[in-house]
Amino acid sequence: MNFDPRYANRNFASVGTRPIRPDGIDKVTGRARYGADFNMAGQLVGRVLRSPHAHAKIRKIDTSKAEKLQGVKAVITAADLPDLTDGDAAMYDILDNCMARAKALYDGHAVAAVAAIDARTARQALKLIEIDYEVLPHVTDVDEAMRHHAPLINDTIFTEGLEEKPAKPSNVTKRSQFGHGDVHAGFGAADFIVERSFRTEQTHQGYIEPHACVASVNLDGTAELWVCTQGHFVYRQHCAQLLGLEASKLRVTSSEIGGGFGGKTHVWAEPVALALSRKAGRPVKLVMTRDEVFRASGPTSATSIDVRIGARKDGTITAAEATLRYSSGPYAGSWAEIGAMTAFACYKLDNVRTVGYEVLVNRPKTAAYRAPSAPMAAFAVESAVDELAKEIGIDPVDFRIKNAAQEGTRSSYGPVYGPIGIGPTLEAVKNHPHMKAPLKQNQGRGMACGFWFNFGGQTCVDLNIGMDGSVSLAVGTVDVGGSRASLSLVAAEELGIDYSQLKAIVADTASLGYNDMTDGSRGTFSSSMATISAARNAIKILRDRAAQMWDIPVEDVIWEQGHAVAKGDNYGNLGKLSLKEIAAQSGKTGGPIAGHSELVADGAGVSFATHICDVEVDPETGATRVIRYTVVQDAGKAVHPTYVEGQYQGGAAQGIGWALNEEYIYGKDGRLQNAGFLDYRIPVCSDLPMIDTQILEIPNPNHPYGVRGVGETSIVPPLAAIANAVSNAAGVRMTHIPMSPPRILAAIEAEREG
Amino acid sequence: MRYIRPLSIEDAVGQLAGSAGPAAILAGGSDLLVRMKGGFVEPELIVDIKGIPGFSDIRETAEGFSIGAAVPCAVLGENAVLKKAWPGVVEAAKLIGSKQVQGRCTITGNLCNASPAADSVPALVAAGARAVVAGPSGSRTIAVEAVPTGPGKTSLAKGEIIEAILLSKRAARSGDAYLRFIPRTEMDIAVVSAGVNLTLDEAGVIKAARVALGAAAPTVLLVEEAAEALIGRKLDDAALERLAKVCSGACRPIDDKRGTIEFRRKVAGVLAGRAATTAYARAGGK
Repeated sequence: MNFDPRYANRNFASVGTRPIRPDGIDKVTGRARYGADFNMAGQLVGRVLRSPHAHAKIRKIDTSKAEKLQGVKAVITAADLPDLTDGDAAMYDILDNCMARAKALYDGHAVAAVAAIDARTARQALKLIEIDYEVLPHVTDVDEAMRHHAPLINDTIFTEGLEEKPAKPSNVTKRSQFGHGDVHAGFGAADFIVERSFRTEQTHQGYIEPHACVASVNLDGTAELWVCTQGHFVYRQHCAQLLGLEASKLRVTSSEIGGGFGGKTHVWAEPVALALSRKAGRPVKLVMTRDEVFRASGPTSATSIDVRIGARKDGTITAAEATLRYSSGPYAGSWAEIGAMTAFACYKLDNVRTVGYEVLVNRPKTAAYRAPSAPMAAFAVESAVDELAKEIGIDPVDFRIKNAAQEGTRSSYGPVYGPIGIGPTLEAVKNHPHMKAPLKQNQGRGMACGFWFNFGGQTCVDLNIGMDGSVSLAVGTVDVGGSRASLSLVAAEELGIDYSQLKAIVADTASLGYNDMTDGSRGTFSSSMATISAARNAIKILRDRAAQMWDIPVEDVIWEQGHAVAKGDNYGNLGKLSLKEIAAQSGKTGGPIAGHSELVADGAGVSFATHICDVEVDPETGATRVIRYTVVQDAGKAVHPTYVEGQYQGGAAQGIGWALNEEYIYGKDGRLQNAGFLDYRIPVCSDLPMIDTQILEIPNPNHPYGVRGVGETSIVPPLAAIANAVSNAAGVRMTHIPMSPPRILAAIEAEREG
Repeated sequence: MRYIRPLSIEDAVGQLAGSAGPAAILAGGSDLLVRMKGGFVEPELIVDIKGIPGFSDIRETAEGFSIGAAVPCAVLGENAVLKKAWPGVVEAAKLIGSKQVQGRCTITGNLCNASPAADSVPALVAAGARAVVAGPSGSRTIAVEAVPTGPGKTSLAKGEIIEAILLSKRAARSGDAYLRFIPRTEMDIAVVSAGVNLTLDEAGVIKAARVALGAAAPTVLLVEEAAEALIGRKLDDAALERLAKVCSGACRPIDDKRGTIEFRRKVAGVLAGRAATTAYARAGGK
């Protein structure tokens, strides 16, 4: 493959327009098929029994009564999902999370499952499973879990990343460190230093669609899985490995997806459904309830972060450091490490050091959540940056502009930046009318910056041209944010045809080569690169066929605005041949026309955003209302601007919920108390103002159109922007997220009492 | 599980009284069906009362209003006369759940669900509403505050059904109001709430008052000291301050996932003051 991914400036015809999405009608009419909308003949209902204890040894499981219940076709425990992970620790954790082995490690941990003829029978069967637990002491708080006498969650874990191997096991699985320069000297040169500690509570992605799948294992060893996922190829690998199937014999089809945000990037219940189907000999549908989704899938880390930043009188930051403690659930993770990498990524710093600690707690296994780990680090750092600007007496935007990273800056996590957008987003914010909007009593304004890496990865695309001249595009990245529309625009752009001539689908795992999942804001970045490549490959064939039709050398045929054109004076009387005309003759000129592409999309450009937020705080109740919100973010190139804006608004909306009300609340018994949307408060429509957006386009040099991922960065600044706004409105620095009304009111009263 | 839809109150009462296992009354179902789906209750008998004549009607009587047990809250909002007479009761009913839920849920159901955080109940208590209870041994009328006895528990005996809620005719220069605190703007449950009902004399002095607090104790609280703090006064700053203090002091709240003791105490007083201000204005006070 000789595809050149480098950016080249061009005028666009399709890219940058806003056509309606191809999946829109199905979604608004209810016809779109999500995870639970698929059915197979003879299908059983699967349900999972979950531990009510935060930490307990499983002494014995007796399933005999459940098995005898009429209508029950299979009952499984960990014994039916034996360990085939062969030393792969990360996969072993996923396996143990799917079905507890020796111990239940959190309230909601799966311990057994049944497949029965209907939901009622399945529910009854769960009640008949007898489990002998030995309840153990538990710990759910990230700081408490680090204390010396905290209950040990896994006694085989010794902290990695220390200079000497520790003598005793610990709940801290890893220490990581980033930075450069001499922080000590840097603080010595500072005129002002701000030092603060912050906390953020655990949140859930809050996708509206629960985890759902239909699994069918056949007697011949083949299997099918219909599932709601962000990455069906990854799910295939996981399930095949955990069940001892050959990957090629497991065909996974991704359904439409009602939100993932990182929470559907690894398997939860799918191996259980497959194991049930294997045992029962019939297809099994398994749909998690909302309660199960909260208790046993996807939350992000709870964190505890200390930040220290020093600056000279002129506003130059001289040193910055942070210690970040992130909970990872009961399994090892790298969440604090990512937080430590992103914490100061917006700034040009000579002296910087960040240290991350991964902490085990008796809570569900932490999963990725939209720019995972970055929002909490940004909250702590951007709060301290704001406070420092205030102490020095500099405008917070100017302070950030003065210290912003730029092309050539060595980032706080190591690499040297190429062309980046932090400076331009700050300049745009400085000039934005929002900054001049009047504020009334009890209102405050805040702003903050955010960074995310973005990712590229393995990608494979097929582009097939039908004899009627229509084009179908088969991609392997699940469409979570409108990528079928944007990829169709990209193919239309390359081929020079109209968007309406294209139809993009997400192909199943048997129909296309391997694709990494839709994560790291890679869907449109990587699949558009592969689509461009596939389209260019198809154009080669189209030119060849036109040359045949004209009986001239292919070198003399160029592709222009959807047509083959013979170039040179010799061919003055040859008309253009449209894609449609060439396609119509394809049967006679060599058969079907297609373009294929497989590549690793390197060079996902890093992404920056700056947000502005105005809030009003009721000083008597602590209630906060967001009254204005503006997102400014670099998109590289916005392929479908409406969906780019949607990503900006969606990230801000989730950030507003996280900042103000969302949190996992655990009782002293270690049980989750708010496993539902009533008491786990994501924002409702009327809680949000219209979220204004401004797209900046600083081309990514590593993509033909300059595209950067846009999905994740938008959730990085909100916690900090809102915290800065609330702190300004309430007159007291808020250091604990969410800033729920009781926390704000308590802070106001404490300030009042001095 | 057996579902029946009786066409007379006698039949409904008889079926409920005669049921061997757990029985449930179904009006809008906005509590019952959710609890059944969640596996929290598994009734053997469900008695749907929506087919009983009169249960879905709002009647204006010589004494005031009679609101049938199956009248959805949305319908209360569509009744202009009721809304004019008891705006606080109607606004409380219209805060429950969402628009869709309000099309199903009823104030009688809200009362019988016996949640301390029920939105319509403090407003009904402040309004001095009464409940007509039909049962195997005949009919009786009781104050609504006598219905809930604790979270999820009522004073109703086996076989008893509330058939209607009664609101009296409005005296001149009267107004009521209800406010709740929720962290969101809708689709939520009160963290703490207050209902205030006032009647003024010609000079704007409060001559009758009832103040009720929700989510501040195991059942709705009728705060008599709060009424005493208002009666005989105009609603000036001193009266409001006293009202807030008395209400905060009367709370017996808990710390839970929705709020802290300190928060509920403080905000109960704030809401009582704000609700009193609205009720006073509605009564024509200046």
